[in-house]
Amino acid sequence: MLLYALRRLLLALPLLIGITFVSFLVIHLAPGDPVELQTGDPSIESSAQAQKMLRELYGLDQPLHRQYWNWLTRIVRLDFGRSFAPDGRPVIQKISERLPVTLLLNVIELLVIIALAIPIGVLSATRQHSLFDKVTTVFVFVGFATPDFWLALLLMMLFGVQLGWLPISGLRSLNWEYLSFWKQHLDFVAHLLLPVIVATFGGLAGLSRYMRQSMLEVVRQDYIQSARAKGLAERVVIRKHALRNALLPIVTILALSLPGLIGGSVIVESIFAIPGMGQLMVQAVFARDYPVIMGNLVIVATLTLLANLVADLAYGFVDPRIRLAGRRSR
Amino acid sequence: MSAFWRTFRKNRLAVAGGAIVVLLVLVAVFAPLLAPWDPHRPDVKRMLEDPSGRHLLGTDQLGRDVLSRMIHGARVSLAVGFVSVGIAALIGIVLGAVAGYKGGSTDGAIMRLVDLMLVFPSFFLLLAVLAFLRPSIWTIMTVIGLTSWMRVARLVRAEFLTLKEREFVLWSHAIGASGFRIVWRHILPNAMAPVLVAMTLGIPAAILTESGLSFLGLGVQPPYATWGNILNEGKDAIEIAWWLSFYPGLAILVTVLAYNLFGEGIRDALDPRLRQAMGRGR
Repeated sequence: MLLYALRRLLLALPLLIGITFVSFLVIHLAPGDPVELQTGDPSIESSAQAQKMLRELYGLDQPLHRQYWNWLTRIVRLDFGRSFAPDGRPVIQKISERLPVTLLLNVIELLVIIALAIPIGVLSATRQHSLFDKVTTVFVFVGFATPDFWLALLLMMLFGVQLGWLPISGLRSLNWEYLSFWKQHLDFVAHLLLPVIVATFGGLAGLSRYMRQSMLEVVRQDYIQSARAKGLAERVVIRKHALRNALLPIVTILALSLPGLIGGSVIVESIFAIPGMGQLMVQAVFARDYPVIMGNLVIVATLTLLANLVADLAYGFVDPRIRLAGRRSR
Repeated sequence: MSAFWRTFRKNRLAVAGGAIVVLLVLVAVFAPLLAPWDPHRPDVKRMLEDPSGRHLLGTDQLGRDVLSRMIHGARVSLAVGFVSVGIAALIGIVLGAVAGYKGGSTDGAIMRLVDLMLVFPSFFLLLAVLAFLRPSIWTIMTVIGLTSWMRVARLVRAEFLTLKEREFVLWSHAIGASGFRIVWRHILPNAMAPVLVAMTLGIPAAILTESGLSFLGLGVQPPYATWGNILNEGKDAIEIAWWLSFYPGLAILVTVLAYNLFGEGIRDALDPRLRQAMGRGR
């Protein structure tokens, strides 16, 4: 098991370097640069000097490969440079303020998706063609097709404005400091409710669909027939024999859906004004703040890679066949 | 082919999806004829007007007719869907074919690249790239295409791996056909079915991505109307003019739903076994 983990880690290393290289290249080969944006119209003569100074300050005047090398050696030490924004704060500081928020949101979303999708998938598979199955199928197709930002607007309109039940922006109320301990937590949960619903909607549809599919395939297997034949209760057959095997491919699907989930934070955080990585990214993109964009991209991609690694290891943990195959080959 | 039609026709939802897709294509093609008003002409006397007989879906902050803007927006969705999926398919087919046909270290390198792109949160990558290219419909289409070819590459590779061992390919080798001719004339045509299905299911994904980007203000820029940027402009007025936000979103939902039903119908009719191999992603 340890060897397997080490092998996966080694394989992840070139991917990690690839991630930094691809993002660096793509961004630097494109036209447009932050200096123009900071100093205004380049046709104005007085700003030419200021532009040159800024270029030298940020190292934009050096050849591309040197810029990459400098940058890479620095990010190994977690030094992402300073933001181009007027505040000029270190990028890592900006990111570390926002990372916990995005991480928390995504973990909650993932847990909600798993907790709901698996029972829904199992129920609609074991009662194939029932009313429940049909309703969930409709839900799945609509869930896939609903733009998350539209759903967010509709829910904000209904629960935030019309009914006034839930807050629609930020993570805390203005009077948060004056609330009692329990009220503070309640306030936080109320703020999270709509964003989490919006972010889980699409993923929930996807995973419950896969769970249903996986369950339907397992139920057809011979060992399920024999489990039934030897007189086990249907509940035991489903829970102990079918479910465990049906869950195996779901681990992979879940890992593959992570980039989408994290990408979804961009829209959800922007709409609900949540101070996370997604919102930071959008702000940085509008300001063409290279260091923040790069830092964001690298951190998010690395986290996704790590999450995938964890999923791989989890897969090896739940399915001994994978572990053995990994040890034997290569 | 006739067997395909018989199965496909029985799937009523897929037929309905197909009909909506055809309708949308017609609306997009004939948009200038169908739109009752000029989508760009402001009318200061009729700003944020309720839906009425004169303006069926109301007007926006500048008094422009929402229905006409949505009809023109259908063109953007269609163009983005088709062109970006075309780009993705081209890259995917070339890389998948090379990987599957050559095998060995070439295959290994290409599949590592696929892995790399799959773990990249592509929405973050899209945003980053769009920050440095001036957002326009062409950059959007290119960038979506460049970040969504992995599924096609995997499918083509898998098909090639099995097809290149089949007898008709081995025979072509034996009579001295060139590698390019074998790939182009013999293997590729046989590998196209799953690719076409993946492309049909890729279109709605591209439409969703475009509308999301336009909603953030990083997609197709005003004054050009797209469903995403109508929503972006409408969200600030949602309390007084719900129709500005409601109808474009509904249009996106119906369009994506139609393409998905249509695509899945084609897949099931082509080959029920594809069902598991293909899956679907956003």
